[in-house]
Formats: sequence, structure tokens, C-alpha cells
Amino acid sequence: MRKLWAIAGGSALVYIVLALMMGVFPGLELSKTVAGTGVKPLTLLEAEGRSVYAANGCGYCHTQQVRPLREDEVFGRPSAPGDFAYQTPELLGSERTGPDLTDVGTRRGSDVWQYMHLYNPRSVVPESIMPSFSWMFRVVDRAPPGVNPVPIPTGFAPAHGVVIPTHKTQALVAYLLSLKQPPLGGPASAGGKSSTAASTEAAAAAPTARAAPSGGSAGHAAESKPSVQSALPSAAQIAHGEAVFTANCAACHQASGEGLPGAFPPLKGNPAVNDADPTLHIHTVIFGAHGLTIGGVSYASQMPPFGPQLSDQDVADVIDYERSTWGNHAPPVSAADVARIRSQGH
Amino acid sequence: MFATFVGLILAYKFGAPNFGPGAWLTFGRLRPIHTNDTFYGWASIALVGTAYYIAARSGRTSLYSERLAWTGLVLFNLAAILGTVALDLGYNAGDLEYREWPWPIRLIFAAALIVTAWNLLATVAHRKTDDIYLSNWYTMGGVLWTIVVATVGILPWYQYGLGQVSVSGFFMHNAVGMWFTPMALGIFYYALPKLLSRPIYSYALGVLAFWTNLVFYPIIGTHHFLFSSLPWWLQTTAIVFSVAMLVPVWGGSANFLLTIRARAGEVLHSYPLAFCLVGVIGYLMGSTQGTFEAFRSLQSVWHFTNFTVGHSHLTMYGFVTFGIWGGLYALLPLATGRQASRLGLGAHFWMAVVGSFIYVISLSVGGTVQGLDWKHGLPFIQSVVDMSPYYVWRGVGGVLMFMSHLVFAWNVWDMTLRRPAPSAAIGAAAPAAEGGA
Repeated sequence: MRKLWAIAGGSALVYIVLALMMGVFPGLELSKTVAGTGVKPLTLLEAEGRSVYAANGCGYCHTQQVRPLREDEVFGRPSAPGDFAYQTPELLGSERTGPDLTDVGTRRGSDVWQYMHLYNPRSVVPESIMPSFSWMFRVVDRAPPGVNPVPIPTGFAPAHGVVIPTHKTQALVAYLLSLKQPPLGGPASAGGKSSTAASTEAAAAAPTARAAPSGGSAGHAAESKPSVQSALPSAAQIAHGEAVFTANCAACHQASGEGLPGAFPPLKGNPAVNDADPTLHIHTVIFGAHGLTIGGVSYASQMPPFGPQLSDQDVADVIDYERSTWGNHAPPVSAADVARIRSQGH
Repeated sequence: MFATFVGLILAYKFGAPNFGPGAWLTFGRLRPIHTNDTFYGWASIALVGTAYYIAARSGRTSLYSERLAWTGLVLFNLAAILGTVALDLGYNAGDLEYREWPWPIRLIFAAALIVTAWNLLATVAHRKTDDIYLSNWYTMGGVLWTIVVATVGILPWYQYGLGQVSVSGFFMHNAVGMWFTPMALGIFYYALPKLLSRPIYSYALGVLAFWTNLVFYPIIGTHHFLFSSLPWWLQTTAIVFSVAMLVPVWGGSANFLLTIRARAGEVLHSYPLAFCLVGVIGYLMGSTQGTFEAFRSLQSVWHFTNFTVGHSHLTMYGFVTFGIWGGLYALLPLATGRQASRLGLGAHFWMAVVGSFIYVISLSVGGTVQGLDWKHGLPFIQSVVDMSPYYVWRGVGGVLMFMSHLVFAWNVWDMTLRRPAPSAAIGAAAPAAEGGA
């Protein structure tokens, strides 16, 4: 009997001590981590979306943790302890069969894109192997008032009727769009936050008239001409522009630059992209846009502002890439042009 | 078999993502069903069955209580069935790996563990021998420790945000390494001497491996979250002890291999022995690989890739499941007096070995490609495209593994058909027979 006590009892006791040390105490201590600056609790709808995310196991293919490694830079800044204050259950995940989603609300800020992608991921990303979540949508003859049907491309759309999201899907998309990393604390964060606020305002206020190719200020164009000619982009800059495009723009506008009919406007042959005056082009990238009519097609989707996450050089390079690809032909822009339009606000 | 079949559907989905579009067949719901059912539906029940048999036989006694054993079996199966249904309906406790079942169902599983611990300890207490054979150290430890792990996993009050991340690291690792590992090692320590009719190479080495495993293993869970926001010292401690784990792993493996070496020729004639040998090699390779994956440099390539999926199959399949099969094929005939046919054993063995080999190799290579794609800053979708041939090969391996399980079910049927087992060894046979029915 004594042997049994020594082996079973002794080892169980050792294990209990270790479990307290390595499981329970770190848990207790780290649960007290305070929220970082700008980290907010979820709204009711977003919280509901988060439970839809967990119930359907999104976390088995998508992580929500950005490591301080070079290869993780495309997903945002490194995660900080304060980011997880309102995240119970934790959804850090262990596999990246699909990309990290920590900052997906910034990268893929368009709700229309999110709905299309959920309905059938291959309608926006041809190579995707993510399951189709079409069962989270309803097909109706006509969308009820106040609900925008999802502009599913032909080939993916049902034969009859229009596709509208269910309440659960709306909650899920609200949650996905809420996944935005606040800038890390300190004085820089105050500036960052105010610029985000300003750009959101700008996006909301961006007048539809700006879409007209003849719009924009001719005066600025004249001013910017000299600087344009002095700085032709290098091959490295164009390559960087392509990388920025792939990471930020291709999801909607597609690698072909052709967009998706009725959902996202083409950049190929787009009047604003081919305009000698780059003001509207730069403005749209920095401050976003909504309610545009391009080439006689009106687009319900909203383009999110990319000013907060892209530097002036990033914006200049991606614009130069767009202006010199897919048969587009327009004079290049410089980082100084971008800085000027950024400082002017909308 | 059910769990493997689900795994197979999942493997197919990687190549045909539109397949099975409904809510009940979506990848994110089937994936935890696959892991939880292989863990708790298959391996746990089979291991408890063999542990009972070993406790009774090595102590020259009979099982303390058949009623408790049946109660445990019913509870284990109840938890597995309810857990499967709950996950498929979308009741997932938050994608927290290996503790996805809603907490009431995990309580049923914990109750099954407590019943098992009681029965197992009482059986050992009523032994007719003076010593407690080493196998029972491992199995009793495994059951008792896992009760602690389950409790830590269920209690909610201290797991919020980042705190829960650290508990997840502890839980997901300990649920594997303090449960399946000691239980399967318990089988090796009993089945190998039994099959070879010679004692274990070194009893003392087995004791050393027992205590070092106990002390080192619980500390290393955080290596699942390297480069995360968890405290850096916690991560470093986990890496250090991941290296220390080489002591029990190499000590234990050497012990088994040296036991087999004296009569290595017999492996050619005995499939149960061959299963055990593959299990020992799986233990050695899988656990050593685990140590390497814990290094920051290598983890920065392999973490989040399919390499880790290959690793978990090398350990849970190549080690634990092969160990169970070796144990069952060695011990079940002793209980029922009926051997499985050589053809059946051979078909099971070769399909399982070749299938899991293809599976692990394809995902290890593919996972490395994935990790290097990311390191080279290629667009993310490139890593998805590059994985597609490896996903196909994984599916091929998975089909072979599944077919071997059909043969296994038939073999178990074959060994129990004529005369049902009178003792609790039936605990091991029942789940497989259920799968076959």
C-alpha cells in the first residue's frame, strides 16, 4: 500500500504543483493584463459575429496573432499583450492555412468584398481553397427594402433571384471589419488616431462628383507637373508598388486590374488612373471613396481609406504601378505629391 | 473509424473546397470533431481498456470492479457522441484546441476519468505481487494527471484574454503528453517483454524516464505560442525544457529498442511486435521532432504551417495509435484465446505504415515549402497554391490509413467473435467493434 501511495500519490502531487505553476498562476496573472490604448470592447453585433466565427471553426485556418517577424509584417504590427484584453475565448489559432486576420478590417475594409468572399471565396480570389459559406446567405426574388443584395459575379451567382446575407452573416462581417489594430500606445498613437478619424470623415464626405474624370483641380495638376518629370520611378519602386498592390488592392480590383463587374470598379482603362492630373487618384487611395459611378456603372461598395497604413512612398509606388500596367498610360507621381494631397485633407 | 472518415472528408476538402457546402459539413466544424474523436473517442478508450488488462494481469489479480469499468466506458462514449453532435451543431467552446466540447460534456469525460482512476488504483491496490510493475506507474500517473489537466481546462474563472492563451498552451500540450504518452508507454513496458518473453532492458531507466517526463513535460506547453505576446521568459523556459525532454524520450526509446534488439529477428515473424516497433520509432522521431520545432529559428519556418499537422499525426498515429494496435494484437488473443489471421494483420500493418509515411512526409515537405514561401515574402496565396500537390498526397496517405482501419475492425471482430472476452479487456474491443458495426 505504501508503494502505491508513493508512486500514484507522489507523482500526482508533483504534477498538481507543476500544473499550478505553469497553468493556473500564469493564467491568473496574465488575465489581469489591461487593455492597450485604443483597444475597445466589441459591440453586441460584433460579439455575436465573434461567436459565429468560433462556432464555425474559422480559427482552425486563420490565426489572430502577428509575430515580431519579417514574414508577419504583411499582417500588421506585432501583437501586444494589451490587444487581447477583450478576447475571451482567445482566437490566436495555430495554423495559417489562410492568412492572419488580426488586422483584416484594415486590409479588407469593404463589407461588399467580405460578403462576396464568404459566399464563394473563389469569386474574388480565384486560387482560394476556403470553403464556401453560401449556406449563411439567403436567395430571394427581391431584396427587402434597406438590404443591399450581394453583387455575386455571374458563374457564382444562383440562377434566379438575388443573394442577401442572413443576420448571422451580417454579425460575422461586422466582427471581421472590427478587426483593426489600434496604433501602439504613446504620443504617436494620439496623432495616428486623429489621422484615422480625419480620413474616415474624409471618406464619408468624399463627394460623388469626384468620380467624374473631368473633376479635380487643374491648378494642382499644373503645379505638380515639374516634380513628376524630375522623378521617374525606378524598377525597384514599380516592383514595390506591385507588392503593395497585391497586398492591399488586388483582393477587390483583382490582379488583372479589371475589378469585378458591378462590385469593384476596374483600374484598367479607368479615367482617374489615366488622367494626367493624379489628384483624384491619390486622393482616392488615401481617403477612400464611396457611391462612385465609373463608366456609367454605379458601385455600392465602399473603398476604405489606405492613408493610415501606407506611407507616402508606398502610395506613390502603388499608383505608379497602376498607372503603368494593364495598358494604362499616365505620368508617374512622387511621394511629395502624395504628401501634399495627404496634408490638404480631402 | 468514424474519426478517420471525417479526417478523410477534410483532406478531400483541401482540393475541392466547394464540396459539402452545408453547415454540418463545413471544414471548421468537422475539424474539431476529427481531433476530439481520435483523441477521446478512439485513443482514450482503447488505452484505458489495455491499462485495465495490464493492471489485472501484472498484479496477478482480477479487475477491481467490472461495473465501474462499464460505467467508465459508457461515460467515455456518451461524452464522445454528445461532443460530436454539439460541435456539428456549432456549439464550440471557442476553437480552443482539444477542449472544444461544451463544458458539461467535458465534465462527463472528467467523470469517466475519475471512475477509471478509482478502478485502476483499486485494482493495483488488490494486487497479489509485492512490486507495482512499471507499466502501472505510467497508466496510473496518466489517469491521475489527466484529471488535473481536465480540471485546469474546465474551470473558467482565471482564463481571460492573454491569461487564457497561457492556459491553452498548458492544456493542449498536457492533454496529449500527460495522457496519451504515459498510457501508450505503459503498453510498451508490458507488451514488449510479453511478446519477447524477456524482461525489459533496464527497469531503472524506465523509472528515470517516468520521473523526468513528469517534471519536464508540464513546463513546455508555451512552445505552442513562441513569438506571441506571452511573457518572453515563459517562452524561453518552455524551449529549455523542450530540450530537456530528450532525456525521457531518448532514455525510454533506447530502453525499448535495446529490449527488442536481443531478439530482433522476431520482428519479422510477429506483427504485434512490428506494430510496437513502429510505435517506438514514432515516439522517438515524433518527440525529437517536437524538441526541434521548439527552437525559435526552426519554429519561425514551421509554425502555422502543415508541418505541425504532420507532426501531430506522426505522434498521435505513428506513436500512440501504433502502440495501441501492438498492445491489442499482443494482448487481446491472450484474453480471448483467438488470433487474428496473418493476412488481416499484414494488410492492416502495411496499409497503415505506408499510408502514414506518405501522410507525414508530404505534409512535412509541404509545410516547409509553405514556411519558406512566407519567409521569402511571396504573396500569401502563393503558399496556398504551392501546397496543392502535397494536399493530394496527404489524401492518398489518408485513404490507405482509413482502409487499414477497416481491416483493423475486422481483425478485432475476428479476435472476439467466437468467445467474447470475459474480463475488462472488452473495454478495448468495444469501441472498435462499434465503429465496425
